[in-house]
Formats: sequence, C-alpha cells, structure tokens
Amino acid sequence: MDNASTGSGPAIEVRGLTKKYGKLTAVDGISFEVMKGEFFGFLGPNGAGKTTSIRMLTGIISANSGEARVMGYPAGSIESKQLSGVVPEQSNVYMDLTAWQNLMLTADLYRIASSEAKVRAQRLLLQLGLDERKHSHAREYSMGMKKRLLLVSALISDPEIVFLDEPTSGLDVQSARFIRGLLLDFKKEGKTFFLTTHNMSEAAEMCDRVAIMNRGRLVALDTPENLRITTGKVSLIDVNFDKSIPEETLKAIPGVLRVESSQAIETAEIMKAMVAMGGMGPGKMGQGMKGGGRAGMQRAGMLQTQPPEASGKKPPGNRFRLHTENTGELLAALVDFSRAHLLKMNVLSVNPPSFEDAFVMLTEEANREK
Amino acid sequence: MKNRILDQIIRSMALLKKDVMIYYSKGPVVLMGVLWPAIMFISFALGRGMAIEALMPGLIGVSVFFTCSAISPVAFPWETAQRTLERLISAPVAIWTILFGDMLASAMVGIVVSIVPIMIALGFGVTFTNPLMMALAVIVGSVCFATMALLISVPPVSAPQYTQMLSTLIKFPLLFISGVFIPLSSLSPAARAISYISPLTYFTDIARYAAGHGSYLPLYADFLAILAFTFVFWVVAVKLHNKTLPLRL
Repeated sequence: MDNASTGSGPAIEVRGLTKKYGKLTAVDGISFEVMKGEFFGFLGPNGAGKTTSIRMLTGIISANSGEARVMGYPAGSIESKQLSGVVPEQSNVYMDLTAWQNLMLTADLYRIASSEAKVRAQRLLLQLGLDERKHSHAREYSMGMKKRLLLVSALISDPEIVFLDEPTSGLDVQSARFIRGLLLDFKKEGKTFFLTTHNMSEAAEMCDRVAIMNRGRLVALDTPENLRITTGKVSLIDVNFDKSIPEETLKAIPGVLRVESSQAIETAEIMKAMVAMGGMGPGKMGQGMKGGGRAGMQRAGMLQTQPPEASGKKPPGNRFRLHTENTGELLAALVDFSRAHLLKMNVLSVNPPSFEDAFVMLTEEANREK
Repeated sequence: MKNRILDQIIRSMALLKKDVMIYYSKGPVVLMGVLWPAIMFISFALGRGMAIEALMPGLIGVSVFFTCSAISPVAFPWETAQRTLERLISAPVAIWTILFGDMLASAMVGIVVSIVPIMIALGFGVTFTNPLMMALAVIVGSVCFATMALLISVPPVSAPQYTQMLSTLIKFPLLFISGVFIPLSSLSPAARAISYISPLTYFTDIARYAAGHGSYLPLYADFLAILAFTFVFWVVAVKLHNKTLPLRL
C-alpha cells in the first residue's frame, strides 16, 4: 500500500471518466490530476456532474468507462478507500448512535487501534466544538453539528485525501467560517482536499486550483486567480441613471458586449448575500428562508412576483452592468449617450470581473458552444 | 489473499457491533423472536390438544428462525434511506464484508434469544438428553437462517415494508412445511418430501433428537443439509447483492 501512496505523484488521476444514466451522460470523459497536498476545487452549476464524479472517486458508484486512481490505487478499491475520508453533502451518520459511537464505528471500519481512535476522536471533537455533546445521539444534533460530526468522521482515520461535497452548505456564516478555517489548518498538515461547492468566494479563498464542470464536461482548470485573469480582458461597468431606460438602447452602444439589468444584478446580489449567510448555492436559493422558498423571498421583497422575462419584454430600468473589452471607449460612449438622452449618471464604476463573474462567463460560454 | 480475507472479517466485527446496537437492542426483535412464536405455539397446542412439551423443539426452531431472519431484510432498505449504506460503501469494506457483519449479528442474536424458548421448554419439563447437540444445532441453524435472510434482502427496494412482505411470503410457508408442528415421521410422504426443501426441517429434527424424541433423519444428514443450505445461500446472496447494491445508491 505504501509504495503507491507515498511520493510526490498525483493524489488523484482521472482519465476519460464517463458515467451514464440511461441516455443521460452525467459525466462525459473528464480528465484531470490533483497533486498531493493540493486543495482542489470542483465547481459547476447544478447538474454539472460534480457529485457523480465525487461518488465515482470515492467508490460509491462505478464508472461506465475511463479510469480514476486515488493515491495510486484504482478509485473504489479497498486501498484507496483506506486512504480517503468522505464528507457527503447530506448527513449519513447513524442517527441512533451517539457521536462517539459513530466515530468508534468509523475507526473500527478503518481498523484504527482503539486507543489511537479514542485519542484522535477526543482531539477532533474538541477542535470542532462537539466534545460536550459527544454522548448525545446524532439525531439530537443541529445541522451545523451534524456537518461537523461528518468532518470528524472523515478525519478520524487520518486520511491522506479528503473528499468534501458542499461541506458548508446550509450553515450559518460563523459555522461556515469555522469549518473553512479548520480545513485550511488541516491542509497545513499536508492533506489533499477535493472540494465541491457552489460558494465561489469559498472556492477562491481555499482552493489552489479549481476545475469547472458544465453539463458533464470539464470547461476550465486553473488557479482561481488565473481563471479570473483569463476572463479579465472583460471589464464590468456599473452605471446608475437618474431615469429608467430600455435595456436594448444600451446594447446598441459601441463596445458593449453584454448588458445585465438591475433585475439580474439584484438577483445576483441576493444570491451572493444568501451564500454569505448560509453557504447556499444557486440551486438551494430560498430553501433556508423562513416562510418557504420563493414565496418567502417574495414576501421579503427580494423577488418580483413575476420575472420580467416572463412577459417577453424587459421593463426599463435605471441600473445596469455593462460588459466590455474596451473600457475607455465605452466610458466615452456612455458620456455621449447620457448627454444625447438627457440622462444623469448617479453612479459610474469600472470593476474587474470577480472569480464568480469568471465562473459565470465560463459556464455560459460553454453553454453557447454546446 | 488470506490476510485480506482476515482483514475484512475483522472489519465486519464493527458492523456486527453496529447492528446489535442499532437493531437488536429494540423490543420488536424480542417480540418477533420469542413472544410471537410462543403465542402461536400455545394456540396450536391448545387447538389440536397436543402436549406442549412435544412441541417445544419446534418452538425453539421457530424462535431461532424468526429472530435470525427478522432484521436483515429490513436493514438494507432502511440504511439506503438513511444514506448510511453509502457511508459503509465509501469505507474500506467489501460488499461481502457488510453482508458477513450483518449475518453474524443476526446469528449471534438468534443464539442469545434461543435461550428463552430453551428455558421455557425446561420449565415445561422437557429434558435435553443431548444438550451439546442442541447447542450445536442452535449455532449452525442460526448462521443458516441469518444467511437466508441476506438472500431475502437482495431486492433493491426503497422501503423496508416491501422486503418485509417478501420475507413473510417466504418464511410463513416454510414454517408450515418444515415439520415444526408435526414431526417428520407423522407427515405424509408428499408433505415430507416438500419439507426437505426447508432448512428449518433439519434444525427441528436435531432439536427433537436433543429433547429425547429421536430424529427422523441421521444427525449427520441434518447437519450436512444445514451446512449445504448455508453455503448456497451465502454464495447466491453475495453474488446477487453485488449486482443489486449499486442500484440502491
């Protein structure tokens, strides 16, 4: 076992991995490598194939074709599982057992000596703030505590590589930050992390490199900063006029690649705020709100009753985000435009794209190509 | 290879412990394994005017049979729904290890629960002329019935009640063809021929011998039959679970 797991080779090697469910190709021939000690992000919109990929790498499901190796062993083999820890998105601890019993069961399954397991469990429970409730049944735990227990369970075998599927989703800001901090501490110990998340700021903060999946395919793989720079030739100009104007008028200005209306900007801001509040991704938007999802958001005034697109025509607005590759030219054109239309610009700011913007651009670009 | 198998057997002990803590510490298991067979037997004895002590070997058989086959068919769909099966699959254990741990837990509980009907039998004045043979039969029979339960748990259904239904459909007919209520010697030749397809028949035959009533078949044939059933159940269960388990995930 040691021959394959030691050394500086890749922790994960994936070649042409494919998974099909009937006619649907969930993962379509992806290939990548994750180096040992790396914090690797695996991102993508809902249904991109992230969870299917992680399930293949952890041996929960098997691939239709292609090859995956974890720490030098075929993914799903006893050897690769022995060196891996898994934190699934949804809790899978035994609710009828206490946290301590759950941990001892995991330790026994990994054949960790009882004395060693007790020491590790105690240390991890203290680190993750579960020590006082270690003899409570898992069913009595809050969502945040269950997430922490999953993390302790994944770490009790002292794995070389940890697979994290949305480890902070559904958590409050404090808990999510706490877990991110801990993960970064564990990274210093040389562990490899494979993270899937919807939270772009989390990915940008924690990951050395990220792979972006879309519709089962890998569309980008680089450091978050490089991905941001790659798409960085595009600048974003936020403009706020004193009067409402139709979006189409702005699209006609030379140098404008794309226009986001106030509706889109607000929705993006709400999503960003919700991610920050509870680590929720776009797919989970509204799930955690009291009052029930979209209805709750409508009551809170966060969404219009009917999306403007539903009527087929976008209503005029006064707040826009313009995408351009020629900032200077567009700024001059905007000044001319506002003069010509007797508009006053209350806000005019030029911003480089964030990592989240880069993610959206890359996945949209892939959708267009498809 | 030998070390690998031993390694997995050691890991299966964790699953045995887990099953005992989660499933077998609950009242319904004792109810299904002891109370229900006891009530059925008492009503049968009263209805047919049979001596209770003559029915005791059968009661032990039914008790062991029901206890050992109570949990496995329910545990798989339950663990699938709770996602804990996924947890086990991502741990360094083979599918057969999970099955082996499950089987050991069921067999162990069957052995422990068998003490209750044996005590009841002793209370009714049954004398076990060969207690060692009785103990051996309980051990071998428990393993056999627990392995049969693994086979019943093969269909990858989403809700425990579906396998419970299947389990009842299989177990109840076996109960009535196994010479549990009527000794093999008193069965018609046709009924006796049918009884040979049930492992419970051989267990009850040994239990009758141990209780001093004499066995219909030679003891070695009874034991060989139980071992053969266990082997076939195990091989088929592992093969089929390897096919159906991915469908649960």
